[in-house]
Amino acid sequence: MALLRHTPVEVMERKALTINPAKTCQPIGAMYAALGIHGCLPHSHGSQGCCAYHRSALTRHYKEPVSASTSSFTEGASVFGGHANLLQAINNIFTVYDPEVIAVHTTCLSETIGDDLNQIFDKARKEGKVPEGKTLLGAATPSYVGSHVTGFSNMVKSMAMLAEPTGKKTHKVNVIPGWVEPSDMAEIKRLAALVGVDITLFPDTSGVLNAPLTGEYKMFPDGGVTIKELKACGDAMGTLALGEWCSADAARWLDAKCKVPCTVLDMPFGLAATDRFIDVLRTVAGVPVPDAVDYERGQLVDMISDMHQYFYGKRVALWGDPDQLISMCEFLVSLDMQPVYVVTGTPGKSFERRIKDICKDQPFEVKVKAKGDMFLMHQWIKNEPVDLLIGNTYGKYIARDEDIPLLRWGFPILDRQGHQYFPTVGYKGGLRLLEKMLDLLLDRKDRDSSEQAFELVL
Amino acid sequence: MAKTKKLVQLKPTDIKEELLAKYPPKVARKRAKQIMINEATGSGTAPEIMANVRTIPGIITMRGCTYAGCKGVIMGPTRDIVNITHGPIGCGFYSWLTRRNQTDPGPDGDNYMPYCFSTDMQDQDIIFGGEKKLAAAIQEAYDLLHPKGICVFATCPVGLIGDDIHAVSKKMKEKFGDCNVFAFSCEGYKGVSQSAGHHIANNQVFTHLVGESDKEEEGEFKVNLLGEYNIGGDAFEIDRIFHKCGITCLSTFSGNSSYDQFARAHHADLNLVMCHRSINYVADMMETKYGIPWFKVNFISANSTAKSLRKIGQYFGDPALIDRIEAVIAEEMPAVEAALAEHKPRTEGKTAMLFVGGSRAHHYQDLFGELGMKTLSAGYEFAHRDDYEGRQVIPDLVPDADSRNIEEIEVTADPKLYSPRKTEAEIKALEDSGFEFKDYEGMNTQMDEGSIVIDDLNQYEAEKLVELYKPDIFCAGIKEKYSIQKCGVPMKQLHSYDYGGPYAGFKGAINFYAEIDRLVNSKVWSYTKSPWQKSPELIGTFVWE
Repeated sequence: MALLRHTPVEVMERKALTINPAKTCQPIGAMYAALGIHGCLPHSHGSQGCCAYHRSALTRHYKEPVSASTSSFTEGASVFGGHANLLQAINNIFTVYDPEVIAVHTTCLSETIGDDLNQIFDKARKEGKVPEGKTLLGAATPSYVGSHVTGFSNMVKSMAMLAEPTGKKTHKVNVIPGWVEPSDMAEIKRLAALVGVDITLFPDTSGVLNAPLTGEYKMFPDGGVTIKELKACGDAMGTLALGEWCSADAARWLDAKCKVPCTVLDMPFGLAATDRFIDVLRTVAGVPVPDAVDYERGQLVDMISDMHQYFYGKRVALWGDPDQLISMCEFLVSLDMQPVYVVTGTPGKSFERRIKDICKDQPFEVKVKAKGDMFLMHQWIKNEPVDLLIGNTYGKYIARDEDIPLLRWGFPILDRQGHQYFPTVGYKGGLRLLEKMLDLLLDRKDRDSSEQAFELVL
Repeated sequence: MAKTKKLVQLKPTDIKEELLAKYPPKVARKRAKQIMINEATGSGTAPEIMANVRTIPGIITMRGCTYAGCKGVIMGPTRDIVNITHGPIGCGFYSWLTRRNQTDPGPDGDNYMPYCFSTDMQDQDIIFGGEKKLAAAIQEAYDLLHPKGICVFATCPVGLIGDDIHAVSKKMKEKFGDCNVFAFSCEGYKGVSQSAGHHIANNQVFTHLVGESDKEEEGEFKVNLLGEYNIGGDAFEIDRIFHKCGITCLSTFSGNSSYDQFARAHHADLNLVMCHRSINYVADMMETKYGIPWFKVNFISANSTAKSLRKIGQYFGDPALIDRIEAVIAEEMPAVEAALAEHKPRTEGKTAMLFVGGSRAHHYQDLFGELGMKTLSAGYEFAHRDDYEGRQVIPDLVPDADSRNIEEIEVTADPKLYSPRKTEAEIKALEDSGFEFKDYEGMNTQMDEGSIVIDDLNQYEAEKLVELYKPDIFCAGIKEKYSIQKCGVPMKQLHSYDYGGPYAGFKGAINFYAEIDRLVNSKVWSYTKSPWQKSPELIGTFVWE
């Protein structure tokens, strides 16, 4: 019997009830971003359950320790304000854990009562609770606005706001990767180094959320962008923001306030988006693209052409976050696959326009919804099935019920490994996406082929 | 680290001092009262431990919130009730399928557990109030699914903006007529831990569900199992054993539960309390209202399972039942003993630490005991003093600002349904023979003298304990798992069982023995050092030898 047995085929319009969301709330995004600062303890200014939930979700996804603290609001704090809790927390955190930075994000609770982080930070500094050389960073992340993507973006913007321009430009380029895996962040750094561009990547969770097992626990692992680097990002020659939803706000702030010009690009998933990324990188830095990059690109094109027959015409349903979905849709269309259903829980009409634009003049009709949910997407699939699902682990219930292969991609992935270590950005990442899709599609073909049609070579 | 055992015997007082050394004075004073060197064994009165108090802001706690305790823990496993989270999307999202409550939807097939329902409150709902959206969401859930029940859970902002979720639920219940709608004021900021949420949930289940069904229930020996959440299928294993013994479990609170099971629970003749922390008050209320006696059981470990079964037999006093129970134990134990014979030689003398929940840190010590392993240190995440020291301290517990805002419901004997299951004389006869009702002696009495009991353990203290004691295994939850393992010490999750189990009953014990043997004897922890780290001296040779 089906697991999601109560999901009817007929779509009933819902105005108030979200079922099986394709998003979560702002603070977890802020926590993930803050983990990409070296020596940073993320702090959740709210009830302790928020922090426990975010830590658990991130830990289940990365299979790594996720340290973060909380203001542990009680009813009293909720009535009188949480400033006393936060002041006490700041003192305790610097005394016991000694991080370089505390990155505080708010919650629906502290936002509803109107706590002002900057005011509390000032008080903490005046009261001598912030040791010399340590940094306090804050981001307002009300859970009732936007989604986890918004929270990520807000914390990244707060990181950019640490910039202290000296007026003397450096040769560095800021790259804001958006909410991608630690492995993706490492791959972006590798590609930039290969092209020969000196970048500051922020946030950078590589080396933080994919750290080795050494027999020694480091509460603050070696990875992460340093405060020194963040302060210097106001002197950079430019900023590349990867993803309108995740990264653009920070880049535009640096542009407006520090005169660091910015370009907002799609996340470099797939051939075309990676091409644009590399092209902009070499243009801003004024360097030729080395052969090694062309070599990697050629390998990706090779595999696309080798296996095109298996991608051609395959119908795909995908859900997740806007920036990822935009690049993935473009990649699928470039393979002649058909992203027929695209859903994000994150609001934004421009997302729908962008997806429709990517799919225009294609031999299929795309159904796209921002502020949608997985219940609706499942109903679409029930009405007209697809060949492949691409999304987070929650899709496994649909995959099993409808007998459709699932490519786990996005957040959270709770039941499979590898995403922390093997990138899906760039040309190499494109190869991995192709490999994973082919494995699923061809395993399915092998399973479903008749005895007569079963083949050794594919 | 796993390889280099500390040989020096550490004094518990030194350990305690070490744990407190780095804290600011105010924090150290408070934590000192929550860290207790156990003296319970053989020395009469145990020292007091401070528990169920606020977590200190900034100190990285294991605890979650009231919503997590209410919606996540207690109501999470209710398969045929549509649980709607009223709030921004996060709370509903994080409590969606993340606890491993297994369920058997049975012939009716109703199972909403794979679904997440939320009102996904937006800023305009926070500003103008979310009652209309909530009513509309309840209506939509009803129109789509026509469930027997719809429950509504408040998240933090709901309490602040003053949405009257109870009034909305009542109105919708009256409107539908065939769907029980009720709500839980389980805002995350209430109380000091999940425990408050358990209480809020149980109060509402008791008020709105228990006693709803007047249909007489069949079964000679009818019991309810309270405080068993069917993680990894534990309740299935317990049900299997009950079935073999001829014991009818009318209702499990709340693992593998259904609406109708709660509704009929008052027909049972005995309440068995598994997790004392989360539910002992429900047993008390059911005794007062319906006359159902209760006692504490433990189905974690083979011997504890046998002991609990025998006590059930003794309670009913039926020779046939007692014989059947003995026959079942005799039938089940050989497999347990065979498993022990295989694993115990490899686990004997190893050491463990357990920091979890409100009862598991105690129950699982029985399993480690069967494996010949010593518990060096243990504590609960959200328990109260009685769970450490025993129920005799309950009258001394003073309500504070945090516990006072959790509703206590006044219960009196039901004029129609109250009927004492045993006469006073029968109760007295049982008690005279050493039988204890409403019993729980707490965790401390079972622990060795000098072992360290710590309430609301935090990340810093966990790290210190591992560093100082180097236990062979550490048990806690997902948030603690990987920091412990980075130290090279295996970590077993006792919330989720690391996606294994069941560990209850006889078969569960066998599963657990094998799992612990795997963990404490695994070679994977020896891989942390490379050959060149083990012998870093460089001896230069320029030719292959």
